[in-house]
Amino acid sequence: MHGSLTIWFFIGVLLTCYGVLITGAGIYELYVPPTHPPVLSQLHTGIWWGAFLLVIGLFYFIKFYPKKS
Amino acid sequence: MQAASGKLLSLSTIDLFVIGLYFVMVLGIGLYLKRFTKTGEDFFLAGRDMSAWIAGLSFVAANLGSLELMGWAGSAYQYGILAAHWYWIGAIPAMLFLAIVMMPFYYISKTHSVPGYLKLRFGEPSRMLSAVSFGFMTVLMSGINMYSMALVMRIILGWDISFSIWVSSLTVMAYVFLGGLLSAIFNEVLQFFLIWLGAIVISILGLVEAGGWSGMVQKIHERWPQQDYTHMWLGLGSFSDNPMGIHWTGIVLGLGFVISFGYWTTDFLVVQRVLAAKDLRAAQMAPIIGSAFKMAVPFIVILPGLLALAVLPDHLVGEAQAVNGLHSYNEVLPLMLARYCGPGLLGLGITALIAGFMSGMAGNVSAFATVWTYDIYRATMNKNATDAHYVSVGRWCTVLGVLVSIGTAYLVMQFASIMDYVQALFSFFIAPLFGTVIFGMLWKRATPAGGFWGLLCGTVSSIAMWAWVKLDPSAIRYIALSPHAKDMAENMYRALWSWIICSAVTVVVSLLTTPKPNSELAGLVYGETDIPSSSALPLVQRPLFWVCVVGVVFTILNIIFW
Repeated sequence: MHGSLTIWFFIGVLLTCYGVLITGAGIYELYVPPTHPPVLSQLHTGIWWGAFLLVIGLFYFIKFYPKKS
Repeated sequence: MQAASGKLLSLSTIDLFVIGLYFVMVLGIGLYLKRFTKTGEDFFLAGRDMSAWIAGLSFVAANLGSLELMGWAGSAYQYGILAAHWYWIGAIPAMLFLAIVMMPFYYISKTHSVPGYLKLRFGEPSRMLSAVSFGFMTVLMSGINMYSMALVMRIILGWDISFSIWVSSLTVMAYVFLGGLLSAIFNEVLQFFLIWLGAIVISILGLVEAGGWSGMVQKIHERWPQQDYTHMWLGLGSFSDNPMGIHWTGIVLGLGFVISFGYWTTDFLVVQRVLAAKDLRAAQMAPIIGSAFKMAVPFIVILPGLLALAVLPDHLVGEAQAVNGLHSYNEVLPLMLARYCGPGLLGLGITALIAGFMSGMAGNVSAFATVWTYDIYRATMNKNATDAHYVSVGRWCTVLGVLVSIGTAYLVMQFASIMDYVQALFSFFIAPLFGTVIFGMLWKRATPAGGFWGLLCGTVSSIAMWAWVKLDPSAIRYIALSPHAKDMAENMYRALWSWIICSAVTVVVSLLTTPKPNSELAGLVYGETDIPSSSALPLVQRPLFWVCVVGVVFTILNIIFW
């Protein structure tokens, strides 16, 4: 659209980073449980929500990666 | 629930990293887009090159400020599902009307702004009245939102108010200064994603904890047997049968017709996003796409408020009573965030709130820069400058707008009572403006004098009604038609009356004055505008088809939650 990078690519980059960070934090909590866990912490929301962000992020990142003209 | 330091939440390093990454990204987008904003059309209208999806998401995101998120979640806790009216009947019909009826005139007239349309249709006085009131209100609202956001950040995170104000507003200033509306729109789309992905987790986990929708309703009925929090229309037959103290006529005519149509079809903050669309079809599809997402917003805003009624152990209270460890209604979203989110997710949730604030502020600032540059500066001070000069003025208006907003934020800090009046002040201009614009678009006989005097009388009468009730609270029985009506109902009815007065004056003065010749109305008025037909397009590409789809879903949702 404008030049070679679209907004969808930026969204892909940010969500991929967030996916990695949040999944990582969720996995860390699995091994080092927090002192005051949130309600429903047994569902390990950080892991599956982080993985969800990672999938969406990678989808946008790959699909809208700037192609060489 | 409350951290030892008195703040609601404590952020971990990973949360701070998530928030920091967001700031880096929005600034990076601004820097990247600077190279594409060279002309006035680029800076003020994003080159009129946006797809329907980008314009549509930006259209909704500009309205989704963080205060909107937290405020309406709090209202859902206070008033129950009635708050969803502001997202459904208070938005969807107006957005669809904008798409089908009004957008062709805005787009075909090639105006830069809503005041710009008034100039073409009614002349300079109407434009100036609307531009000055819009500029004033936009900056004021921006400052007040900024202060409120900083206050929230202090309450929930313990951040210093000045730190929150300066960091977030200078970031917005930087990316709008660099890339203009293009940068604002790109960031709004990004912010839209973050708001959804950060907030929907609360609804999902809340429903899991409450035992689904039926479990939540059952818990609310058990805990709050004296009020009906779960029906949208059932309690609206009488002012005293619902927690909001409003009658269905106020919701349908005041909110659903005047306030909603006024805001969604004439407030330049949102209309500017649609004017940036690449063609008329995209400009019509953008509000339709926006309406579909707007219809879903209650699932991230209203639902957490309802879930809080079902699951939060403490009872929340009004702002004035929130002392000695009690929490106010407006803290419901952060409380739910703290309830369910661990490290990382908490950072994402806070980023969603900050993103909401920044999208709203960027909307205000970019709209202010356009109206100031084209409708005030160019019209009154420098008519014949180069395009590059106007771009430069627009950039510096961005700086000016942000600095004045910051000044307003500090002013509000000293005189907090200003905040009580702002919603009323804002509504003074919205309802009559809708009357003026809609008569301008649909009635050829409306004259420049009719448009101007209608707008002026509608605005003045709205202010007079507000002052009357302030001086004599019993006057509410005349304005809102019942002594049992509450503030919200007064706002609805005052808007309705001011629209009626604006319309009546416009009609009477127009009939007494000379209309413009038809040749001057081409592209501005129904009957004198050649609107391209979409009948040659396949059904699924026609805006009217999607209006029907959204309309059907809207009707079904209202029936389900009746």
